[in-house]
Amino acid sequence: MMMFGASKADRRLLPEGRLAGPMPWVIAIMMFLTALAAAGGLAMESAAARLGADLGRQVTVQIVLADPAKRDQEADAARQLLARQQGVTEVRRIGNDEMQALLRPWLGDAGLERDLPLPAMIDVSLSRAGRDRLGAITNALRTAAPHARLDDHASWLAPLVSLIRALGLLAGGIVALMVGATAAAVVLAARTALNTHRQTIDVMHLMGATDVQIARLFQRRIALDALFGGVLGLVGAVGVILLLGERMREIGSELVGSIALPWTAWIVLLALPLLAGVLALTVARITVQRALGRTL
Amino acid sequence: MAGIVQFENVGLRYGTGAETLSDLSFSLAQGGFYFLTGPSGAGKTSLLKMLYLAQRPSRGSIRLFGEDVVQLRRTRLPGFRRRIGMVFQDFRLIPHLSAFDNIALPLRIAGVDERDLVTPVREMLAWVGLADRASARPPTLSGGEQQRVAIARAVIGRPEMLVADEPTGNVDPEMAARLLHLFDALNTLGTTIIVATHDIHLLSRVASANVMRLDRGQLQDPTGALRYPPRPDFGQEARP
Ligand SMILES: Nc1ncnc2c1ncn2[C@@H]1O[C@H](COP(=O)(O)OP(=O)(O)O)[C@@H](O)[C@H]1O
Ligand SMILES: [Mg+2]
Repeated sequence: MMMFGASKADRRLLPEGRLAGPMPWVIAIMMFLTALAAAGGLAMESAAARLGADLGRQVTVQIVLADPAKRDQEADAARQLLARQQGVTEVRRIGNDEMQALLRPWLGDAGLERDLPLPAMIDVSLSRAGRDRLGAITNALRTAAPHARLDDHASWLAPLVSLIRALGLLAGGIVALMVGATAAAVVLAARTALNTHRQTIDVMHLMGATDVQIARLFQRRIALDALFGGVLGLVGAVGVILLLGERMREIGSELVGSIALPWTAWIVLLALPLLAGVLALTVARITVQRALGRTL
Repeated sequence: MAGIVQFENVGLRYGTGAETLSDLSFSLAQGGFYFLTGPSGAGKTSLLKMLYLAQRPSRGSIRLFGEDVVQLRRTRLPGFRRRIGMVFQDFRLIPHLSAFDNIALPLRIAGVDERDLVTPVREMLAWVGLADRASARPPTLSGGEQQRVAIARAVIGRPEMLVADEPTGNVDPEMAARLLHLFDALNTLGTTIIVATHDIHLLSRVASANVMRLDRGQLQDPTGALRYPPRPDFGQEARP
C-alpha cells in the first residue's frame, strides 16, 4: 500500500517481519472495546433519533365515563372535533374488541365478561405543526368532551430519549479515550522499536539518511501492525454485536427492537481498523522524527 | 589547492572534565592522503568523529567542503554526510543485513536504483576478496572479513573524503597492504583520505602520505613535518 510509503529497497534496511512486542495485541483489545462502544453509541444515536422523531407526534385521548351511552357520545364528539383540528393527521377510535384483546392477558375471559366499564380510547397522530398547537387542541377538546383526558406520549418518552442520548455520548467519550490509549500504545511501540534499532539508525544517520527516510521504515511497520491488531479486534467485536442482535430480536420488544445498527454504522465500524492504521502511521512518524530531532 | 577541511582553535570536551582535544588548527588539502597517529587514547577517534559530523566541537570552527559545519542546520547534515565515507573502528555493520546489503546501504540511502547498484556492489565485494560471501551476515564473518565489508561500504559511494579509523586493526599484514593499496587507488581518483592508526609500520606504505600526530589532545605539526619518511619539501602543501 503506497500510503504506508516505503519502497522495497527501504524495507531491506530493517529486518523483515512484524515488530516484536505486544502492540498489535494491545491494539486488538482496544479495537474490540472501541468497536463495541462505537456500535453501542451509534445504535443509541439512531434509536434516539427515531424515538425523537416520533416524540410527541402521538397522543391518546381517554374518556372515562361509567355510562356507556354518554361515553360513546363524548367519544364521537371528541373524534369529530379532533378530525377537524389543524395539524391532526390521523384520528382513530380503538374499538371495543381491540381493547378487550389488549386486556385479556391481564383480566382473563371471566374478567371481561362482567360488564367492565372500559374507557373510550382515541389514538391521535399529529404533524409537527399540530404538536406545536397541542395546547389549543386540548382546550377545544375540553369544551367538546368534558370528560376527555389527553395523554401525551412525550411526557414519558422524553426522559427515555434523553437517557439514550446520554448513553450515546458516554459511548462517544469511551471511543475518544480509546483513540488516546491507542496513540499512547503506538508511541511506546515506536520508542521501543527505536531503541531496538538504535545502532542501525545511528549508522544510517551517519551515512546521510534523513529523518524522513528513517521514520518511513518504522511508520510502515507500526501501521501494518496496528492494522493487523485493528482487524483482529474488529472481527471479535462484530461477532459479539451480531450475537447481541440475535438475542435482542428474540426478545421481540418494540423498544429493544428500535436499538438497531443502521448501515452507516457498519461503514463506520469497518473503517475503524483503517483509521487505527492511519493513526498509528501518523503517531509513529511524529514520535520517530521527534526522537531523531534530539540527535545530531 | 583549496582546503577540504579547516580546523581553527577546535576544542572538544566530553562532559565536564579536561578537554580531550585542544587548540586544533590545521587544514587538509583536497586530494591529500593523511595518516593520523598517536597512542591509544590520544583522541584520534574523537577527531575523526568531528570530521564525519558525528560530534560537534565544544569550541572553535570547522569548515568542511568550504562551509562552516559547526552551525549547520540539522536538515543540511545528511547532504554533507553523503559526501563522506566512513570506516568505524568498531565496523558498525548492520547484523541482520547480508554483506551485500551492508555494502549497498549508502547507495540505497542515496536513492540509487536497485538495478544500478548490483554491479558496483559485486565489484566492490570482489575487490575486498569477499565475492563468495555476498549473502553472509556479519556475525558469521571473521573480524578481518567484517573489516573489509566495512571498508567496502565506506568507499562504494565514491565519497569525496574517506575517513577510516584503524581500518587495518583486524587484518593480517598482507591484507592490510592490499587495503592500503585500495585507499591509494581511491586517492589517485581524487578522494581525500584520512586514516587514523596507531600502527607506525603502516605509515611507510603510502609514499605520498602526510602524517599528523596526536598526543594528549594536542596536534603535533599538522602540516606534514612528521611525514614518514620525511620529505625535503614537507610542510609546503596543506598549509592554509
Ligand atoms: N563519548 C565519550 N565520552 C566521554 N569520554 C570519551 C568519549 N569518547 C572518548 N572519550 C575519551 O576521550 C579520550 C580519547 O579517546 P579516543 O578519541 O577514542 O582516542 P583514540 O581513538 O586515539 O584511542 C579517551 O580518554 C576517552 O576515554
Ligand atoms: Mg580510536
